[in-house]
Amino acid sequence: MGQIILNQVRKTFGDVEVIPPLDLTINDGEFCVFVGPSGCGKSTLLRLIAGLEDVTSGDISIDGQSATELPPAKRGLAMVFQSYALYPHMSVRKNIAFPLRMAGLPKDEIEKRVTNAASVLNLTDYLDRRPGQLSGGQRQRVAIGRAIVREPAAFLFDEPLSNLDAALRVGMRLEISELHKRLSTTMIYVTHDQVEAMTMADKIVVLRAGNIEQVGSPLELYKAPRNTFVAGFIGSPKMNFIQGEQASALGADTIGIRPEHIDVSDTQGQWSGRVGVSEHLGSDTFIHVHDTGLGDTITVRAAGEVDFKHGDTIHLTPRADQIHKFDAQGLRI
Amino acid sequence: MATQHSRTAARIMMAPAVTLLLGWMLVPLIMTLYFSFKKYLPLRGGDLGWVGFDNYVRFVSSSAFWPSVTATLIIVGGVLLITICFGVLLAILLDQPMWGQGIVRILIIAPFFVMPTVSSLVWKNMFMDPNYGLLSYLWEFFGAEPIQWMSQAALPSIIIIVSWQWLPFATLILLTAIQSLDSEQLEASEMDGASTLRRFWHIILPHLSRAITVVLLIQTIFLLSIFAEIFVTTGGAFGSKTLSYLIFQRVLESQNVGLGSAGGVYAIILANIVAIFLMRIVGKNLDN
Amino acid sequence: MARAVSSRRKSINTALAWGIGLIIFFPILWTILTSFKTEGQAIADPPVFLFFDWTLENYSIVQDRSDYMRYLWNSVIIAGGSTLLGIIIAVPAAWSMAFVPSKRTKDILMWMLSTKMLPAVGVLYPIYLLFIKLGLLDSLFGLVIVLMLINLPIIIWMLYTYFKEIPGEILEAARMDGASLKSEILYVLTPMAIPGIASTILLNVILAWNEAFWTLNLTAAKAGPLTAFIASYSSPEGLFYAKLSAASTMAIAPILILGWFSQKQLVRGLTFGAVK
Ligand SMILES: Nc1ncnc2c1ncn2[C@@H]1O[C@H](COP(=O)(O)OP(=O)(O)OP(=O)(O)O)[C@@H](O)[C@H]1O
Ligand SMILES: [Mg+2]
Repeated sequence: MGQIILNQVRKTFGDVEVIPPLDLTINDGEFCVFVGPSGCGKSTLLRLIAGLEDVTSGDISIDGQSATELPPAKRGLAMVFQSYALYPHMSVRKNIAFPLRMAGLPKDEIEKRVTNAASVLNLTDYLDRRPGQLSGGQRQRVAIGRAIVREPAAFLFDEPLSNLDAALRVGMRLEISELHKRLSTTMIYVTHDQVEAMTMADKIVVLRAGNIEQVGSPLELYKAPRNTFVAGFIGSPKMNFIQGEQASALGADTIGIRPEHIDVSDTQGQWSGRVGVSEHLGSDTFIHVHDTGLGDTITVRAAGEVDFKHGDTIHLTPRADQIHKFDAQGLRI
Repeated sequence: MATQHSRTAARIMMAPAVTLLLGWMLVPLIMTLYFSFKKYLPLRGGDLGWVGFDNYVRFVSSSAFWPSVTATLIIVGGVLLITICFGVLLAILLDQPMWGQGIVRILIIAPFFVMPTVSSLVWKNMFMDPNYGLLSYLWEFFGAEPIQWMSQAALPSIIIIVSWQWLPFATLILLTAIQSLDSEQLEASEMDGASTLRRFWHIILPHLSRAITVVLLIQTIFLLSIFAEIFVTTGGAFGSKTLSYLIFQRVLESQNVGLGSAGGVYAIILANIVAIFLMRIVGKNLDN
Repeated sequence: MARAVSSRRKSINTALAWGIGLIIFFPILWTILTSFKTEGQAIADPPVFLFFDWTLENYSIVQDRSDYMRYLWNSVIIAGGSTLLGIIIAVPAAWSMAFVPSKRTKDILMWMLSTKMLPAVGVLYPIYLLFIKLGLLDSLFGLVIVLMLINLPIIIWMLYTYFKEIPGEILEAARMDGASLKSEILYVLTPMAIPGIASTILLNVILAWNEAFWTLNLTAAKAGPLTAFIASYSSPEGLFYAKLSAASTMAIAPILILGWFSQKQLVRGLTFGAVK
């Protein structure tokens, strides 16, 4: 239960077409992540699915039923907002119970489900607090609690972690993934953080200006990005793009090589350059290399600690089988 | 966040308010316009037919018209001048550190909550009465001849009463505006060595200009239609008849509805001119 | 500005402000004091401030002579009724404009405000006539309606500015949670806007309580509120300062107290949010 199909869905605000006609199928139980740069229409797409915005044209169906005309309440979806959107005047218990109260469930059933959700989310001790008395992570869990008690056909998340600090974000990421494994309910998750996308998704949808650039599993996107946009968006640090002679030698307009696919040496290599800033992460070191004659700065990732100083000469060798080739339109060859 | 559902709901939910206000505006307005073109004397023959612009001409050419315009301008202008000047000074004073600021604020704001009939009667009898009023004691105390406030100085008396009522409003709004002044800006200018007077002219006053405009316009709208203050004090005598009081007299006292309605149309036009300016300012505020 | 101000300057400020504050407040204070004097002491020469024979008899005379309680009741009904009715009509309208804004929202708000500026005297006779025709003259119901209408723009405007501060996402969350429009407004929006709604009510009760054009012109003996009650003291009969003071004190006391509570909101309400 929870298959969502978008058929030629289009959205305009006034004269501005934010989502050009778009097709997408999200399968039951799938964890689907929408990623893309700010303003590309991720939230809009999610809100169209939620029913908070009308589609301009096209059709959305949920579990085989057309939902295009249904108000949000009738679509059987639950949403977790970026700002959590908790009801500030209600206790945590009341917040979580609210959708059940609206559905007119009997009191003891509500109580049972709230207690259950609270224990799943470690909120039992906070049930009588107001949202204002909770930490960011706890608020996030309440928002999730409010979503899961309804046992929706699918969960919609709009950048749920962006208000949390880095450590908490990693923790919550795991919790949400865990929740997905346990409930195996469809989840649609919006983020502009490609790390979240890579680590959580079964399926990633990369959006740019309302267009779907590529749909696929995280590894498919990593290994075979369909164009330079996806290639640059997925993976961290970003893929290096090289144009000109080196590219045309391989019959491409642009070639791309990920930082982790370049070997470094202080004695010999295919390219050489001067070391700029090195970022030491302990497990890895990111080295920014200038003056390679390849155009832009090249970023490389060396495992562990490496001992290059600012201004040193460094030799780089890309692994030939990991070079991505793109044509003049930026499409993968 | 708008879907067709919510837009439809929004329209339905706005309908009662919009309909009521539309009715409240249009029905009397159209009736006033209608009467203004008629000779209509309810107690002396009723509807005596159409007279074209006769009422408009007669209203303006009556001997009471220009004095009433003058009286209106003097009252509105006088009150505005007093409330804004003192309002600015008081607001600056209240913004200074002091003990018991909250209580002082309460004292100063109090007159605004006094209903106009009460303040007018209290001032007229207990302060401005030539025999027993406190002000005449004060005058006598200093050896001066007590003033016959209501008859000799009707306009200043009304200006004093109305200013007393509106000073709190001006002060409160200007104080709110001052408090929103970025204290860093003031500190910076202090570092730059600006004197107190210069700071007032170049930083505080410009910052207040918007609030002053708002006070000016809102008060103008209310002041143009002051009624109780005249009704219970002079009853329009001794040159204190304002435009709106003149209209009131034409309609209810001399029961010349046609003439009064023509006056009403003038008053509406006047108020609209002021309102347009106010709308501009408020409208700008809506954008942010 | 955490900065030490010389206590000398602070003392001067304090003295000055208290002095001015007391002068401004003095007419009210004097009225209250006089209400406890005998008529003779009320006009004593020189005036007496505190050392007089405190008496409550003026209050009972005023009550007997002009039935204060009835006027008070009328004021309560008119101010309370018109405000309540206004709120009921305004909440849905303000919801619409705050959360489902359209291109025309701003114009509608402006237009609503402009009806507030229609000079009452300009439309007095038509209203008077309509009231006679509809049998509403000197009726509480008629006044409730009129005062509701003249204050409706302010009520809508105030609620609108308060609602604007409530994040739309919370209402959307309620919608996702299956709340109908009614539940959304009743269980989510209204409780969240309680402070704003309360101050709107407060300010409008004050405005309606003190309204002295329609209440004087559309009432006679039956439905007159306190404004009319006081106006009946405008023609003096013998010694009457103490009684006038007692009547005045009774007329303004309830609203003075309410007003002191709502002074912050006053700014926002009366300037239509143009000064915050
Ligand atoms: N109600 C609206 N009216 C007009 N334009 C809108 C509206 N909502 C969104 N847009 C426009 O639609 C585009 C997509 O917005 P959307 O919020 O979906 O972006 P997003 O991908 O979620 O971005 P972010 O990562 O910053 O949240 C933006 O250009 C935005 O300006
Ligand atoms: Mg977004």
